[in-house]
Amino acid sequence: MNDRPHLDEEALAELQDVMDEEFDVLIHTYLSDSAERISSLRSALDEGDADALSRTAHSFKGSCLNIGAPRLGALCMEVEEAGRASRLSALEPLLASIESEFRQVRQGLERFLAD
Amino acid sequence: MEDAQSGNQPLRILIADDSDSDRLILQAMLRRLGHEVVEAANGGEAVERFRHASPQIVLLDAVMPGMDGMEAARQIKALAGERLVPLIFLTSLSDADALARCLEAGGDDFLTKPYNRVIIEAKINAFNRMRLMHETLSHQRDLIHEQHRKLTEEQEVAKRVFENVAHTGCLDAGSIRYHASPMSIFNGDILFACPRPDGGIQILIGDFTGHGLPAAIGAMPVAEIFYGMTSKGFSASDVLREINQKLKRILPAGMFCCAALIQADFALNQVQVWNGGLPDGWIIRGDGERLAMPSAHLPLGVLDSHRFDAAMAILQTSPGDTLMFMTDGVLEAASADGDMFGDAGVSAALQGRRDGQTPFEAVIDRLCEFSGGRLEQDDLTLVTLQMAEGGALEGLSDRLQLSALEGPAEWRCTYEIRDRTLGQFSPLPLLLHICMEVPGLRRRSGEIYTLLSELYTNALEHGILGLPSEWKATAEGFGRYYEERERRLNDISEHYIRFSLTHTMTDYGGRLVVVCEDSGHGFDYHQHRQPSGSGHGYAGRGLMLLHRLAGPLTFRERGNHVEIVYDWHFSEAGKTDDAAVHKPGVSHE
Repeated sequence: MNDRPHLDEEALAELQDVMDEEFDVLIHTYLSDSAERISSLRSALDEGDADALSRTAHSFKGSCLNIGAPRLGALCMEVEEAGRASRLSALEPLLASIESEFRQVRQGLERFLAD
Repeated sequence: MEDAQSGNQPLRILIADDSDSDRLILQAMLRRLGHEVVEAANGGEAVERFRHASPQIVLLDAVMPGMDGMEAARQIKALAGERLVPLIFLTSLSDADALARCLEAGGDDFLTKPYNRVIIEAKINAFNRMRLMHETLSHQRDLIHEQHRKLTEEQEVAKRVFENVAHTGCLDAGSIRYHASPMSIFNGDILFACPRPDGGIQILIGDFTGHGLPAAIGAMPVAEIFYGMTSKGFSASDVLREINQKLKRILPAGMFCCAALIQADFALNQVQVWNGGLPDGWIIRGDGERLAMPSAHLPLGVLDSHRFDAAMAILQTSPGDTLMFMTDGVLEAASADGDMFGDAGVSAALQGRRDGQTPFEAVIDRLCEFSGGRLEQDDLTLVTLQMAEGGALEGLSDRLQLSALEGPAEWRCTYEIRDRTLGQFSPLPLLLHICMEVPGLRRRSGEIYTLLSELYTNALEHGILGLPSEWKATAEGFGRYYEERERRLNDISEHYIRFSLTHTMTDYGGRLVVVCEDSGHGFDYHQHRQPSGSGHGYAGRGLMLLHRLAGPLTFRERGNHVEIVYDWHFSEAGKTDDAAVHKPGVSHE
């Protein structure tokens, strides 16, 4: 695990400013995209497709960094690197961490929206 | 034209990213900066959008499903062609190899995630400046190409127009040899040759200061004046004065025309030369002896007409003598080592002439050798004229353009010049012009001019000035004759020459009667009863010619009243020979 925060509050505030009334749309888009990506990661692992794993993790990482979820982004990078090195055995626990971290991020974002 | 310095004009920007949320963020940031955004979710879509929307800047995610960013970048760059469309990769790539591959695929820069508003704005502006600069350069390059193409085209047209003006002459005559660059009009060199009505020839060779259009513009009026006046019978001095006055008026200060005018009279075997600013001209005698004709005047277009000196140097020649003139380009021709050909080169070439080699060939061959065969590129002009037996060029005046107008048939005119004017003005072009109004006489301009000219010269030089034609038999006498002629012309008073021309139509054609009277003492025409062809040199020639050309030749009073009857036939109006119905003969009253 890493010691980055679940959410970068400062980055989120700036995004809110940039996106204005589209901020809600952005957050919901991110959340549904992320859920989709996690299930893609899961099925790629089941199929043993290391390349698909690393590519999906790469894209996922980018959007996590942009939305202000650095810890989840860092976990994605670990998956990307393991996938590229075809270390599939290390991935099962990593994927579990991603799923749990995503739950944290989702809760945090929903709270942020409610504020 | 867009302002290349403005960094904040609205742009159309294509963004391609498979991540919806990332695309939303980037789009929002760009719109806040005032730009229009075109979106694509993968590489294939990006290429398609680029094709239709023609964005000015492209932001492209490197890793996308389907066609990835690298391939899309290659295709977009290919579609952009000569346009500079800045292409910036959006990436969270961190390893150097992957970043380098993005640039190899045609990327210009990167933007890393997470996006930073300040960096994005700065990069967009920087690349827009580069794009506008490229656009300006491309535009100017296209403009230069277009202007160059137009210029070349215009020069081609100008060259054709100029050739139409310049080539009415007789540079192709057998006695003339010349070298001139095919584009000489644009290097400022001119070379014209024109037959005179009396069968002689005038050659003008010149070199305008400067190159290109200004030099070419000056050449046009020079050609018009030269051909127009020469073919009407004006003397070389008159032609020079007219050209000088014209150039003085139209050329800007500091621009002028170094030139030489050569008037060759084959019947007299005599040349008149004027050299204003060209290198030495040469007479190369049949036996190889050489005589230099250096510049004795300022170039054309420098002096006002009242200070301009159009005096010609008069030289006696023999058949087989060669005249040579050249422009500065001959002397300035350079060898591979940078040495100049110079006067020494010309002298050496003429000195070392082999048997059978003409002076023209000698100089051209040596020039070629000296400059390593690069003669074609140099703007140099060289012309030689070989003197021939009298009448070598007769008939050339037939080529002159004929007017289509019907002319007068029945007319009479009297023209008298007196006193000072006798020394300053030749009435011959005017009288010839009057006669040439008759269509039947037009083809005979050479004969008419010769008739008028012989009568006029006789009346002036022998009748009024009292110059003994015997003087011209010797070389010293020749010089003395023309010095004395000049001197006596300066103090003429109480004298006149009167021409009376009468033209009538006859059953078979027409008749021109020319009466020439002068105020001189007259001469003993009885001595000329039996004109002889040889033994009298030039002195006897005038009467010989008159006898050959015309019918009854009548002397009256003291011999200072001469009448010539010149008949022409309809059937022969197109020919130049044998106009007279009467055979030569002399009658006295």
